[in-house]
Amino acid sequence: MKLDSKIPEGPLAEKWSKHKFNLKLVNPANKRKYEVIVVGTGLAGASAAASLGELGYNVKAFCFQDSPRRAHSIAAQGGINAAKNYQNDGDSVYRLFYDTIKGGDYRAREANVHRLAESSVSIIDQCVAQGVPFAREYGGLLANRSFGGAQVSRTFYARGQTGQQLLLGAYSALNRQIANGKVQMYNRTEMLDVVIVDGKARGIITRDLLTGKIESHSAHAVLLCTGGYGNVFYLSTNAKGSNVTAAWRAHKRGAFFGNPCFTQIHPTCIPVSGDHQSKLTLMSESLRNDGRVWVPKKAMPGLKGIDAVKVPESERDYFLERKYPSFGNLVPRDVASRNAKIVCDEGRGVGSGLAVFLDFTDAIKRVGEDTIRAKYGNLFDMYAQITGENPYKGPMMIYPAVHYTMGGLWVDYNLMTNVPGLYALGEANFSDHGANRLGASALMQGLADGYFVIPYTVGDYLANIGWADKVGTDHPAFKEAIQSSEDRMNKLVNIKGKKTVDEFHRQLGLTMWEYCGMSRSEQGLKKAKQIIQDIKKEFWTNVNVLGTTTELNQELEKANRVADFIELGELMVDDALARAESCGGHFREESQTPEGEALRKDDEFAFVSAWEFKGENQPEELHKEELRFENVKLTQRSYK
Amino acid sequence: MKWLIDLFSSSLGRKVVMALTGLFIILFLAVHLIGNLQLLKDDGGEAFNVYAYFMTHNPLIKIVSYVNYAFFIFHILWAIALTRKNREARGPQGYAIKNSKGIWSSRNMGILGTIILAFLIIHMRQFWGEMHFGSVPLKTYGDHEVKDLYLIVGAAFKEWWYVALYSLAMIAIAFHLWHGFESAFQTLGLNHMKYNPVISFVGKTFSIVVPALFALIPIVMFFV
Amino acid sequence: MKITLKVWRQKNKDTKGAFKTYQVDHASPDMSFLEMIDVLNTDLIKKGEESIAFDHDCREGICGMCSLYINGHPHGPLQTTTCQLHMRTFKDGETITVEPWRANAFPVIKDLVVDRSAFDRIQQAGGYVNVNTGGVPDANMIPISKKIADEAFDAATCIGCGACVAACKNASAMLFVSAKVSQFALLPQGQVERKERAEKMIAQMDAEGFGSCTNTYACEAECPKGIKVANIARMNREYFGAMLSSYEVSSGGGGE
Repeated sequence: MKLDSKIPEGPLAEKWSKHKFNLKLVNPANKRKYEVIVVGTGLAGASAAASLGELGYNVKAFCFQDSPRRAHSIAAQGGINAAKNYQNDGDSVYRLFYDTIKGGDYRAREANVHRLAESSVSIIDQCVAQGVPFAREYGGLLANRSFGGAQVSRTFYARGQTGQQLLLGAYSALNRQIANGKVQMYNRTEMLDVVIVDGKARGIITRDLLTGKIESHSAHAVLLCTGGYGNVFYLSTNAKGSNVTAAWRAHKRGAFFGNPCFTQIHPTCIPVSGDHQSKLTLMSESLRNDGRVWVPKKAMPGLKGIDAVKVPESERDYFLERKYPSFGNLVPRDVASRNAKIVCDEGRGVGSGLAVFLDFTDAIKRVGEDTIRAKYGNLFDMYAQITGENPYKGPMMIYPAVHYTMGGLWVDYNLMTNVPGLYALGEANFSDHGANRLGASALMQGLADGYFVIPYTVGDYLANIGWADKVGTDHPAFKEAIQSSEDRMNKLVNIKGKKTVDEFHRQLGLTMWEYCGMSRSEQGLKKAKQIIQDIKKEFWTNVNVLGTTTELNQELEKANRVADFIELGELMVDDALARAESCGGHFREESQTPEGEALRKDDEFAFVSAWEFKGENQPEELHKEELRFENVKLTQRSYK
Repeated sequence: MKWLIDLFSSSLGRKVVMALTGLFIILFLAVHLIGNLQLLKDDGGEAFNVYAYFMTHNPLIKIVSYVNYAFFIFHILWAIALTRKNREARGPQGYAIKNSKGIWSSRNMGILGTIILAFLIIHMRQFWGEMHFGSVPLKTYGDHEVKDLYLIVGAAFKEWWYVALYSLAMIAIAFHLWHGFESAFQTLGLNHMKYNPVISFVGKTFSIVVPALFALIPIVMFFV
Repeated sequence: MKITLKVWRQKNKDTKGAFKTYQVDHASPDMSFLEMIDVLNTDLIKKGEESIAFDHDCREGICGMCSLYINGHPHGPLQTTTCQLHMRTFKDGETITVEPWRANAFPVIKDLVVDRSAFDRIQQAGGYVNVNTGGVPDANMIPISKKIADEAFDAATCIGCGACVAACKNASAMLFVSAKVSQFALLPQGQVERKERAEKMIAQMDAEGFGSCTNTYACEAECPKGIKVANIARMNREYFGAMLSSYEVSSGGGGE
């Protein structure tokens, strides 16, 4: 099967506007005859459901949480990029496009990224009109900050809670359509399967998490806005409920999975405190603006922050400053993360051994404790609350953690997967961030997809198929899908094995982290594949899920998700093996420069990998979508 | 008129009834205190009796007093209705352990109000009832013949149990006001960074000084 | 640490619940409260007993899903969310009582899980500005005073967890509702529908069966995001202003 990215012809800056004109429109009177399903209510899902409802389509929206407002977009801290150039500092749509392509280490499509940069401008207007309280200057205009090493100030923010405010804005737009009767909301409802008839997506199978009832919903199009799969690592900064199930079931029904091995690991997270750890907490990377990262030159196991102040300057290794004199502590996320891992692998980690210091002593000396408190007080408080240590008395301890997945369902320029009528938006698709996402770009992409891309592109598809082209839930394909979902649930509760779901999940996570995390090697990946296959086998014979399928059963929910994570884990390993180059968040030990830096191989690997499911326990087939760069010149990143 | 019914039957409207009637009763308390202070004048009760006569015969005061009775009744009835509604909202299953934060008096307005109501019944029966329907001896000042309420009050204030009850009720009123005064402003939305401290100061002063002065009178009269 | 837990167990919304006592023998002071329950749940499953159901998701204090009433306080003794409460707050050997939120409008679904959909319905009644996607003015078209924007932000940080309802002796939702009413009453974008919004949201709040505010301010004292009761005063003001002055334009084009 040939992958068609459907990128429009013409100059980069005109592609999207020309494409919008060429897209077919649905007659306003006919819009109410169409039904669209939106799964997930984060930034992408809520904005898409609201916008489609406004246009007049009948929307059914689903979320597994008790309210659409809980989606994990809410936890994004830093901000949202937009090429407004309000600061007169040389920003432009093209510059945002360029930074994003380069930041993604040249593994994203030019056309998609340019459209993202174009849409960014409208997002801010839209959010302000909804009443999102962005930070402002004393003159009453919007404030900006520079974020994640960008050379222009283009990040809009609402204190450290930008994701929350944007999500609540989208949630309010969604609520408005629920009140208008255009969106029907299903809370505490999880998608289990997608139904495909005659090659088109026709609906989904869901489970009511309160009653366990498995139901079918039919529609003309299905939008998956279900977020990323960072929880495959068990420990990540994702919410506990974040899962890959919707995307994975779509994959198993024929949708290709794009770049599954591209994961982002964030350097400034609070280290693991013990085996009980259930999730990791991110601290804004703005901390690296003033904090200095170091470990002792000679291993000092168990060294704590409070005792670190006694380590003399000559015994300290400020390894980022040493290796990257020009960028120092402000090197990109992937470089900072990998170097923290290297020093810890050398046995020089502090605390539990998997941590490095982030030291503010010099900054406090330079500007005073009050200034530091004013800048980072809430982060210091959060650190103190979680670790019980006072970060003003000794350096913080940090360690990298999985934060975001650039990979996701493969989509074309219209955000449609290779299955007609099945779309993927936001973090759930692979599209805009290449091999590494820049700070403050996730919020931008989620909202761009939902507010400004999908309302056009889904209309084109609907106009082309016509409203009569719909399949009812009495179709045998729905019956079959319901049956297989019920069978799966029954199977899970009837294994009655010895190990809990969390034990499997933790085991999977450790394997992924060890072999498919910050640094990957052929040998390690091959080993990981074997381990994951063993975990899968044991899971389906030895998992213990108590309770029944017809009630609120949180263990069953988890088991259902973990089963999919295990399969996804294997695909990630396959993808990492196939991509024998280093790029962005993907570091292959075999592909590095003599100085130990990531080495990209553009002649061999300038493509998107799109994996096709070929049947249970069959190897997946790799399709390659070549990436063509007509506007930017490919360069190696250097931060020396 | 539906909007008016909606307004006063809504959860916020009910509170407004409490706040407005409460504030009116606060005003009444101040006036009542001025009258009561006449008891301390060393004139054999003349000032007090003249005041009592004025209060029961001036047509304007009479109208205001009926409004006052009505507000008392509203305040009580709405309080009962609110309490019932709020109990219902809390649900049948309570908490096993409660460590409520917030000011004690604000959580116990119902109990305080009930104590005050009990006192009010005795108080009304004893003075207001006597004044209006009982046989109070007459006394003449100049060419005015007025009921000698002072005699009845003086006698009551010589009973130790009544003085104790009276003082206890004033403590309840103090606590009731401690919350009620400021709370009325919050309910009416009269809340402003600049004026909140003033409202708070006046409210707290009023809720201590006024009941204290009220209680002082029977205590003085008991001992003197 | 050794901890004795008294936990409310309830099979489903139709059955009666009761407290059950559990021992947690190796809790670590670094665990979050929810992680301690994770550990207990693993023990329970190993013993063949169903795990304790509780709501949680982000575990970083922002999604508002976690909702445990611990030792007489919503989210426990500190002014944080349950997920940000750590075991070092408790003493070794302590007995901790864990209950679900209690309110008529928040029926218990199972164990410690309650139904807070009433909050969504209140937001649906008017917690938005009626603008469609696209066709809006430039974001810098209307300057907003920094002070006003900051105050609107403070109100908008409400996470909708329901601790205010759980803490209130009247199960009043006024802190929650007033946070949204305030945000839009302060911002210029909210002015057009200011009156209708207050009326509709409060009507829905009453219809859901929440109680009245009696100004005990327990909500403010327990709110993990520090939402201020000044918002309730503002909502009162908005509501009375709206009720006394708003009118419906007759559909006949200016009078019948």
